[in-house]
Amino acid sequence: MPGLEDLYREIILDHYRNPRNAKELESPPALRAEGYNPLCGDEVVITLLVDEGRIQDIGIGGQGCSISRSSASLMTVSVKGKTLEEASAAIRSFKAMMSIHESSLAPAASQTETPTAAELAKMGELAALQGVVKFPVRIKCAVLAWNTLSECMAKATDAQP
Amino acid sequence: MAGLSDLRAGFDPATVKEDFTLLRNPHHDHPLVYLDSAASSQRPDSVLAAMDDYYCRSHANVHRGVYRLAEEATSLYEGARQKIGDFIGAPDPGREIIFTKNVTEALNLVAQSWGRANLRPGDAIVLTEIEHHANLVPWLMLASEIGFEIRYLRLGEDGELDLSRLEETVEGAKLVGVTMCSNVLGTLVPVSQIAQAAHAAGAVVVADGAQYVPHLPTDVSSLGADLMAFTGHKMLGPTGIGVLWGKAEILDAMPPFLGGGEMIKDVRLDGFIPNDLPWKFEAGTPPIAEAIGLGAAVDYLSGLGMAAIREHEITLLSYAMKKLEADHGDALVIHGPSRPERRGGVLSMQLDGVHAHDLSQVLDSRGVCVRAGHHCAKPLMRCLGLAATARASFYIYNDESDIDALSDALGEARSFFA
Ligand SMILES: Cc1ncc(COP(=O)(O)O)c(C=O)c1O
Repeated sequence: MPGLEDLYREIILDHYRNPRNAKELESPPALRAEGYNPLCGDEVVITLLVDEGRIQDIGIGGQGCSISRSSASLMTVSVKGKTLEEASAAIRSFKAMMSIHESSLAPAASQTETPTAAELAKMGELAALQGVVKFPVRIKCAVLAWNTLSECMAKATDAQP
Repeated sequence: MAGLSDLRAGFDPATVKEDFTLLRNPHHDHPLVYLDSAASSQRPDSVLAAMDDYYCRSHANVHRGVYRLAEEATSLYEGARQKIGDFIGAPDPGREIIFTKNVTEALNLVAQSWGRANLRPGDAIVLTEIEHHANLVPWLMLASEIGFEIRYLRLGEDGELDLSRLEETVEGAKLVGVTMCSNVLGTLVPVSQIAQAAHAAGAVVVADGAQYVPHLPTDVSSLGADLMAFTGHKMLGPTGIGVLWGKAEILDAMPPFLGGGEMIKDVRLDGFIPNDLPWKFEAGTPPIAEAIGLGAAVDYLSGLGMAAIREHEITLLSYAMKKLEADHGDALVIHGPSRPERRGGVLSMQLDGVHAHDLSQVLDSRGVCVRAGHHCAKPLMRCLGLAATARASFYIYNDESDIDALSDALGEARSFFA
């Protein structure tokens, strides 16, 4: 059985205790989306300031467990300043790390699907969340903020002429 | 570990544990500390044997064959009905005990059958704020269709319902639905007091006994409710079986719920005549093995004695509340009534700075199983201002050593997240 250290890395606990970008931006102009995990009652509120296709600022609100909160906090650090395309790519690779691929939503058990060391290195601090995969019920917690960010970004693209 | 409680309770949880293969087996290298019986209990080998035996020796469809095998199956199935009826003090089990899939289906049966026949736009029913979704959503669904009012008895002090305005709340209501024991707070609800007021107002009373019947002596003839539902898998029985008990004259007046075989006396192309009680409400091939398994579960519980089981749980609750308070003090909040006598074997906990999910994860790493979440009682959780709690719940196979393991694991969670 995987140990707790696989799940609760120091970086995760740090982002849980001291969440980054924990704020709500004024909306409008910021875009806003809410996400819920009906199973455990975790909720996340994302506010997103997009200018010229680039994420200028992002705020995270809501409440939840250490995995959902730290994942949200790490996410804000990772996407702030990125273009929407870059952020979309970050969402895709985070979900791939959670063994969620666009083609199938079921977590894949196969080892070959997990990212390579080089890919993980590129993810930086986010790689700390990789241990979540070993705890399948917690994957939903980790991806909540990312799915909500997708929804929020969709509003930005919808708003484009 | 033999504690004081075992002498007082009249049975030894350690001996009880021996009757449960799952509890005897280690789980991921840990002895299993199973503290989630309020979600689903484990079942003793005798329940599994009764079901196996039925499948190996006596299986045929019930009420249909004239051959001896079918007669045996029918008599086992009807025998289980009688036994389960006797267990809750039903005056006429042969007519008043209806088998369903679970308590949720039993409560939906009441809403769809009694509710559709009796509720009209502008009517009112009364529920409580502490209901499980199973005794809430069926009524919300029906209300959105028919347009009747739902009033609520609210949560008051110390995890108890506020009954200060009971009479005026039930005034003019056609039905009052109450849980007998809250699955979140453990609160034992004064059903007979509520039923008295409800009956004075002319309302029918339906009780959700899911968390009560497995743990306390139950006697429907003195309970006060007109209908009561419970579920097999929380009381040592298999999944897939629930029970609706109702007073015969009320059930008689209710139209059928599901249609099909078994539930009819006669069918013509232009109509049908429903069967007698209880088969009127048992459309299709019923959960035969599951009913027999629940019968064996009831035998097991009766063998220990429901009064002794209740005694055991009070002792365990008192020990747990003292021990957790001593070990964790203000860092741990236990929701619900402060006196063990006022609650069922359920402890919803909140550990300072640790989310319920993380808590149950750390506990799991020590082999301690508790439930984390909203426990299918979102209105209550909202009222408490909580998104999730971790809930430990007790049953006949738990003893002080399980509480000690829980408390140690809570300590570990605190140091982990501190
Ligand atoms: C009070 C109460 N009512 C209803 C239910 C639903 O039980 P079931 O899922 O067996 O229908 C539960 C358990 O989950 C419960 O605790």
